[in-house]
Amino acid sequence: MNDTVIELTGVTAGYSRAHPALRSVNLKVERNQFLAIIGPNGGGKTTLLKVILGLLEPFSGEVRVFGEAPGRIRRSRLGYVPQVIPDRSFPATVLDVVLMGRLGAKPRFRGFGRKDREAAMGMLEKIGIADLADHRVDMLSGGQKQRALIARALAGEPEILLLDEPLASVDPTTQQTFYDLLAELNERMTILMVTHDVGAVSSHVKSIACINATIVSHGETIGEDEVNRAYGCPFELVSHGVPHRVLGSSREVSGD
Amino acid sequence: MIEMLAYGFMRNALILSVLASVSCGIVGTLITVNRMSSFTGSIAHASFGGLGLAYLLGFDPMAGATLFALGSGLGLGFLSGGRRMVSSTAMAALWATGMAAGLVFIKLSGTYNADLMSWLFGSLMSVSSGEILMTAGLGAVSLLTVVLLYRELLGISYDMEFTRLQGVPTGLIRALFLILSALSVIVLMKVSGLIMVIALLTLPASVAGKFSRSMKQMMVYATLLSLVFSVSGLYLSWKLDLPSGPVIILISAAAYFLTGLFGRGD
Repeated sequence: MNDTVIELTGVTAGYSRAHPALRSVNLKVERNQFLAIIGPNGGGKTTLLKVILGLLEPFSGEVRVFGEAPGRIRRSRLGYVPQVIPDRSFPATVLDVVLMGRLGAKPRFRGFGRKDREAAMGMLEKIGIADLADHRVDMLSGGQKQRALIARALAGEPEILLLDEPLASVDPTTQQTFYDLLAELNERMTILMVTHDVGAVSSHVKSIACINATIVSHGETIGEDEVNRAYGCPFELVSHGVPHRVLGSSREVSGD
Repeated sequence: MIEMLAYGFMRNALILSVLASVSCGIVGTLITVNRMSSFTGSIAHASFGGLGLAYLLGFDPMAGATLFALGSGLGLGFLSGGRRMVSSTAMAALWATGMAAGLVFIKLSGTYNADLMSWLFGSLMSVSSGEILMTAGLGAVSLLTVVLLYRELLGISYDMEFTRLQGVPTGLIRALFLILSALSVIVLMKVSGLIMVIALLTLPASVAGKFSRSMKQMMVYATLLSLVFSVSGLYLSWKLDLPSGPVIILISAAAYFLTGLFGRGD
């Protein structure tokens, strides 16, 4: 099983032992997978990411990333895109922020070298916001900031990209471009994307895991029953014949 | 300006103000971008407890204040578990407890020391060469820290979690920052007293932040602004025969409110 890059076995984790956000979660992610993790708010999606990243130690169970404990692997192998921080004034340029993705690569007590700068600028070009490099990061729109955070995660040249609610601040028209970008990245790296918006999961996603404290389902397709169970309320999925495509919640569908 | 410098105590006041600007600019910028101004006010007032204790037990008040500032700064910092936000109730409790304990200790010591006023409101008119040396030392340490660890400090200020994921020892760097803040509070008390030191550390930095594109730039501008505010404040207080600390604060505040009317708010 050389191709398993992430493996969770019986992982129970959270911020309170009495009410863990995750209960006995088993999950295997293969190399070059594009996994969407869906589930209701408070269902443990972000906790799952934090456990994989090694930011949160599980109460019990085992986490293996590239066959090792998350704290032991080279940090730059994992790229993390957190939820966009709400607008706050901060004196840093977009390039400054992207360079933070190279903090692990540069020697301590030194500034960034030309190689770091080139890598960061390269990522900004790839993401299509190179013209914003010298702008203050707090002046960006939600979508631009999201791109900057992706560029930051990519600047360390990771093998796995983990995204937490990447579409929360992106308008619907930008979503497709955003998915095209992720699909392109997916050719080279494994992607885990957390979202609470089932309607936003696109056809580029190869697999979906539905989580509400435990993994309710995990596979290439997902059934209405499972999502209902996860969300604890009726939830309609509409497939348009595209494999793995999940569209719209019942509310949106009834408006059609 | 020249006539003012005919007096040795005024020369010392000027030298100290100039040297203090370096820490005001550098540490003040870090405090401001990390939104820790109430934290700073809290440790400043907590240090009054140490001051009182020193009077009671008969050791150097400066040492007592430093001890309490460091203890409360690191304590608050780690109570919050390394997260940026410290509970505002904890800060208010420490703020008031420090003052209350200080007053009780001083009453118990039985000495109503005239020095008390200078701890509370500053005493630029009686600067010793030891204090000048200390301020210069703090400025040098602040500068060295930021030269060596600028990227890491920027990282923990912007996104602590992400920076930790990069393998940066964020706890250690945050502790260093907390120690630097506590020491700045103590050293800068000479200028404005513990009651107003919070303004000295945050107002120039806030004004600078409105015109800066990077944290580095903000530090340079904040240092220059501190310099302008304190030197002009010193001169005005001399001309108008007013206490220097409050005049410096009033000039800084005027600049803060004026720039607040334009540009982005903070």
